[in-house]
Amino acid sequence: MAESMVSIDGVHMVFNQGGADEVTALSGIDLEIAPGDFVSLIGPSGCGKSTLLRLIGDLLSPTSGTVTVNGKPASRARLDRDYAMVFQQATLLEWRKVIRNVELPLEIMGMDPRARRAKAREMLDLVELGGFADHYPWQLSGGMQQRVAIARALSFDPALLLMDEPFGALDEMTRERLQMELMRIWQRTGKTIVFVTHSIPEAVFLSTRVVVMSPRPGRIVETIDIDLPRPRTFDTREDPRFFELLTQVREALRGVEVEVP
Amino acid sequence: MQDQVAIARPLPGPALRPPIANLRKGFAFLLVLACVVAAWEGYKLMAGATGGRVPFTDVALPVRGDDKSMPHVWDILAALFSPRQRGSDELLFPFLLKNALFTWREAATGFLGGSTLGFLLGVAFARSKLLERGLMPYVVISQTVPLIAIAPMVVIWGSAVGWPAWVSVSLIAAYLTFFPVTINTLRGLLSPPATATELMRSYAATPSQMLWKLQVPAALPYVFTALKVSATASVIGAIIGELPAGLNEGLGRSLLTFSYYYISGPEKLYGAILVSALLGIAFVGLVSGVERLVVRRGGAGG
Ligand SMILES: Nc1ncnc2c1ncn2[C@@H]1O[C@H](COP(=O)(O)OP(=O)(O)O)[C@@H](O)[C@H]1O
Ligand SMILES: [Mg+2]
Repeated sequence: MAESMVSIDGVHMVFNQGGADEVTALSGIDLEIAPGDFVSLIGPSGCGKSTLLRLIGDLLSPTSGTVTVNGKPASRARLDRDYAMVFQQATLLEWRKVIRNVELPLEIMGMDPRARRAKAREMLDLVELGGFADHYPWQLSGGMQQRVAIARALSFDPALLLMDEPFGALDEMTRERLQMELMRIWQRTGKTIVFVTHSIPEAVFLSTRVVVMSPRPGRIVETIDIDLPRPRTFDTREDPRFFELLTQVREALRGVEVEVP
Repeated sequence: MQDQVAIARPLPGPALRPPIANLRKGFAFLLVLACVVAAWEGYKLMAGATGGRVPFTDVALPVRGDDKSMPHVWDILAALFSPRQRGSDELLFPFLLKNALFTWREAATGFLGGSTLGFLLGVAFARSKLLERGLMPYVVISQTVPLIAIAPMVVIWGSAVGWPAWVSVSLIAAYLTFFPVTINTLRGLLSPPATATELMRSYAATPSQMLWKLQVPAALPYVFTALKVSATASVIGAIIGELPAGLNEGLGRSLLTFSYYYISGPEKLYGAILVSALLGIAFVGLVSGVERLVVRRGGAGG
């Protein structure tokens, strides 16, 4: 099944099993993500989106079911550095300059200092932050910090990007700029991206597929193919088809939100 | 000039604090010093005026303000620059400084050993919850045993084994040092947010990479806070340790000697106390200097 980048098969996730605070976060999840796909996970807060992302990244282990990444068990894929994670908070190490933050994964992977410095510079140029290499994270705006986090994630060229509401903490203008930037990077690098978001327009604008989830226990209620032309541009947001798809996702979510107030 | 300094500092981390801030800090220190001196002399004036009673009452003041109980500040300063004893050609201040250096060596040795032990314990506790549960109560208990009880014991054991006396003194200093370092190291190592830990796991970082690239750098500000507390504690530990150790040198010895002659010359005891305080301040200052070199970060939230 190497033709799937991510393959999730009958996954259940129960936290604190047997305890008084037992939570069934995910129930019966099946999902196939092809290489080069841009898949958004959308659903109400607490429906298990972050949990699903962490299962793909082997930061959690499923209670039952299997997760396959890049044709191997998720745990193997993590050890092989097949994916990179981007969180809502940039999670930069405050004592490291920007360039050294981008170098961090390469350093951990044992790349020699000169090569990783060059690679990190290249990545900073890619996110248009070449001039900020020697700044400290706190000297950067939230949007710039998030771009550093993206540069760091791309630095070791993983096949898969797992992004958990990466633009969730940013203002609307910054958000739209970063969406364009992510589009550009995705098209250029051909990465597979799994993207968690709360925003329907964001999901529709960016994705090849939108996966709509229901809350507790989290299930996939609908998968919507986004057949908007590519490359997506500012005009995409004015395409009538864009609005149709927004409505379709919204409807799917509405069905979900009736179940749990 | 000030404006230029403000504009031309792209990285205003603590390491690069502009001179103006240092000036202001120095000024604040002098201001407080002046207030302490004024309060001291003011108290003496008041006690003199009321005959040692709280004004408008019959209640005796806790400390009589006469020159035997509270010598004038200038008399203390004058004593520091007079012969340390009649007939000696050595002034009190250099004599005290020499002893302070001796005490500092004991304190610093204990400080280094104690903070290393403290750090290692912190790392071990951060690694193993079981170890923390098992050992932490004893670590806490060790700090509730009065130093006055422990110091003579350590000295007696030390001399039985045949250590030089200063080793026992350093051990006592170490005993006071390690605890704050353990507690703060543990807190600091556990301080990175869950996402930072997940980030490292996503890179398949080894436990030792997790420790050295994430946890230890994150813990440094916590560790240095403890080291500053420990620096003063190690000086106190060394001074107290010197008393039963029967050393002929050190501030503990000086304090003891001058307290015997308190009636005839209280200024000398106050001078020794002053130098002890200076030693503590200097040691903390040294640790702060190292911190500024090692911990490079800044901005809101530090
Ligand atoms: N480590 C955990 N322990 C216990 N419950 C958890 C844990 N992580 C998540 N949950 C629970 O699982 C559910 C899904 O959480 P999450 O995946 O964070 O949702 P989302 O990202 O969609 O908002 C929530 O009810 C949450 O409280
Ligand atoms: Mg979430």
